[in-house]
Amino acid sequence: MKDISILIGGKAGDGIRQAGHTISRLLNRIGYRIFFYDDYPSLIRGGHNFSIIRASEKRIIAHKDNVDIIVALNQETTEKHKSRLNAEGMILYDSKTVDTEGVGVDFMEIVKKLDGQPIMRNTAAIGALAKVLDIKWSVVERVMKDTIEKQVELNLKIAQLTYDEVETSNLAIQKLNQKSLPLLSGNEAIALGAVQAGLNMYIAYPMTPASAILHYLAAHEDDLGVVTMHPESEIAVALIALGAAYAGAKSMVGTSGGGLALMTEALSLAGQGEFPVVFVESQRPGPSTGVPTYTMQGDLSFVVHSGHGEFLKVVLAPGDAEEAFYLTGLAMNLAWKFHIPTFVLSDKHLSESIFSFEADLDKMKPEQPLMWDGQGDYKRYLDTQDGISPLAFPGDPAATVKATSYEHDEYGIATEDPDQIVRMQEKRLRKKEGLIDELAKNEQVKIYGNRESKITLLCWGSTKGACVEVAETLGLKVVQPLVVEPLPIDPLRQALSDADKIIGVEVNATGQLARLLSGHGFDVEHMILRYDGRPFTVDGLLDKVKEVLS
Amino acid sequence: MTTAKDLKTYAENTWCPGCGNFSILTSIKKVLANLSNEGFDLHRVALVSGIGCHAKIVDYVDVNSFYSIHGRVPPAMSGIKLANPDLLVIGHSGDGDAYGEGVEHLIFSAKRNIDVTYIIHNNRVYGLTTGQFTPTSPAGFKGRSTPMGSPEEPLNPIELMISAGATFVARGFSGNIKHMQNLIHAAIDHKGFSFIDVLQPCFTFFNTYNYYQERVYEITDQEHDASDRTTALAKAGEWAYSEGERIPIGIFYKVKKPTYEEKLLRGRVPVKLSSKDIRPVFEKHI
Repeated sequence: MKDISILIGGKAGDGIRQAGHTISRLLNRIGYRIFFYDDYPSLIRGGHNFSIIRASEKRIIAHKDNVDIIVALNQETTEKHKSRLNAEGMILYDSKTVDTEGVGVDFMEIVKKLDGQPIMRNTAAIGALAKVLDIKWSVVERVMKDTIEKQVELNLKIAQLTYDEVETSNLAIQKLNQKSLPLLSGNEAIALGAVQAGLNMYIAYPMTPASAILHYLAAHEDDLGVVTMHPESEIAVALIALGAAYAGAKSMVGTSGGGLALMTEALSLAGQGEFPVVFVESQRPGPSTGVPTYTMQGDLSFVVHSGHGEFLKVVLAPGDAEEAFYLTGLAMNLAWKFHIPTFVLSDKHLSESIFSFEADLDKMKPEQPLMWDGQGDYKRYLDTQDGISPLAFPGDPAATVKATSYEHDEYGIATEDPDQIVRMQEKRLRKKEGLIDELAKNEQVKIYGNRESKITLLCWGSTKGACVEVAETLGLKVVQPLVVEPLPIDPLRQALSDADKIIGVEVNATGQLARLLSGHGFDVEHMILRYDGRPFTVDGLLDKVKEVLS
Repeated sequence: MTTAKDLKTYAENTWCPGCGNFSILTSIKKVLANLSNEGFDLHRVALVSGIGCHAKIVDYVDVNSFYSIHGRVPPAMSGIKLANPDLLVIGHSGDGDAYGEGVEHLIFSAKRNIDVTYIIHNNRVYGLTTGQFTPTSPAGFKGRSTPMGSPEEPLNPIELMISAGATFVARGFSGNIKHMQNLIHAAIDHKGFSFIDVLQPCFTFFNTYNYYQERVYEITDQEHDASDRTTALAKAGEWAYSEGERIPIGIFYKVKKPTYEEKLLRGRVPVKLSSKDIRPVFEKHI
């Protein structure tokens, strides 16, 4: 199988991520499937940044620790990463700043010769790398023209010089006869899934690793027909989203754990007042500030149990870009069908990694909510058989729409009457039946690998990528719930029924999915946990699973 | 012909007899009835309240309403206005609500100059939680959380709002309904963030009725230029919610500026937006 991994590293401010994107695009244009992992500290200048671009003939959704090529823009990159290099691998480095073995090119000298800026060393590196890989110059030229916004000609000249200076290596790759696919980060897939389901307003306060959803939707406001807003705090964010939903706009918010902590007040209001709002929570290591730019699956329990009081919510946990797209759309549709808050639970690894995206867009369509038929007096909280009260919005010339945080009667007037309290709580909770039926129309638990295997890797979210590849190598089965609240008990039972050994694989310190399942009688015997802020890699997890099996 | 009575709901009114909230309720209903008689469809009105005695007002007026939570009236109003700028959005808060829990939102809504009207029922005490000091209680106020007297100086919300960027800043008094009605009407007519601090007694926990009756006077156009920020701030400083013999009521500051929703929405109406085809966007990702 054709499969190559390239690591590019340097200081923050060297344009590592941007260079990684361009390299991903180059490989994408010649038919490869891409997975792109970005590792960076929380600072603007200095520190050590690196990206790993993995390209393969077949679809991949995880990276490996070991790489074939290291592109080093500074000494630290070689020091930190040369142990990752495969036997046949090579280091392509800036000979002015790096002392190592491999192919050295004086990137800075070339940039200087053409009066470029120091950051254009990354362009010089891309030119050299393209030649090492034997990618045609015409492909480099096209990708650069498509991706570079400023000084395209200058960048092309720099790349051309380094392209001409180095030789094609034994790591040259062939062009594949496959269609190039769109490259999407998890955050972009979340944004586009919401748009496909009819998103009107996206409101967010910046917080890594969810910020890019706001950036993407703001940059594409007019292409996508979405209004974006960045208000004073997450508390304001959530209330603005609820106000917008009350007025009839499909709204979504996005944040990480700390931001969601501030939003939980509004979340309970959404529960009481039956407001349809989608919350995106992209996890990072906590508690508190934790490690802002790294990854963790540490908020599952928090999100599932978030909000005071008892109310219905849905939590969906995508593991790759396609799932992020569909499940965000589903979250929007469910919110509006059942007038409940719904969650998309992501993490840094899903949100900020980049995937080759292949999905049938038409499978996701906005669902029209049940609207009031205009007969009689409008009651926002009409007590119906399925608990769903038809909607009307302020501005409707026949309806008076009274929404409230208080317990209330059908019309929406506050009440403290014991019978009314019971009636309305039961009305709201009754929606669960329809919700479970609706969820059952969708794939709630995914199974991969060897379905006959008695050994199952149980994972959720972005950890699925490494699990699937390890399972394929070892002939194991993988079970991944996409819905984690309300927990799809029957599909899980079916998926796990014939397992002799269940190995929970999670990026957290306590095994939160396993704990959630243990409350429903599932016994997760072994745990493989990682909680150093880094995601599982294919080769790293393979060793861990082998250890458990030996 | 719509009258205030037509806007009554079946909800039982549970304010204490003599509460200043009654005159605010009467005023808002009269203003809405007038709007209706001028041809404005009241289905385009959305009232928003927070939590506290004031908040019950939305249950007593038969128009669209969002009974929200403590301190969060400005973002709830903002969400409604931004989703559908065709709506007339009027918020009610208490002083604990707007100046305590929600002061951050208050400042930012003023800063943005979003076109909503915000009426503060300022009785300078927490009523529903039975008598604690608020951000506008006088220094030394002996409440249940400050039995030795409040160690804090009061906030002057009029000064705060002029500084923050509100484009209509006024003070009313619940003992002068006619004046308050005119203020609310003017606030609704004003395009931009309109703020009215209404001084009202809490008959049960802080009865200031006579205190205000003896001191309030109406600001007139002849003696005050409301378009001048310096003059407005000077007028706001005349009474700092503590000592003082004269308390001005009326419009302190009123200027015209572009509204937030005009700038953010650029003519778009989110509730009427239909999402675009996302396929061309995917092409850019290859």
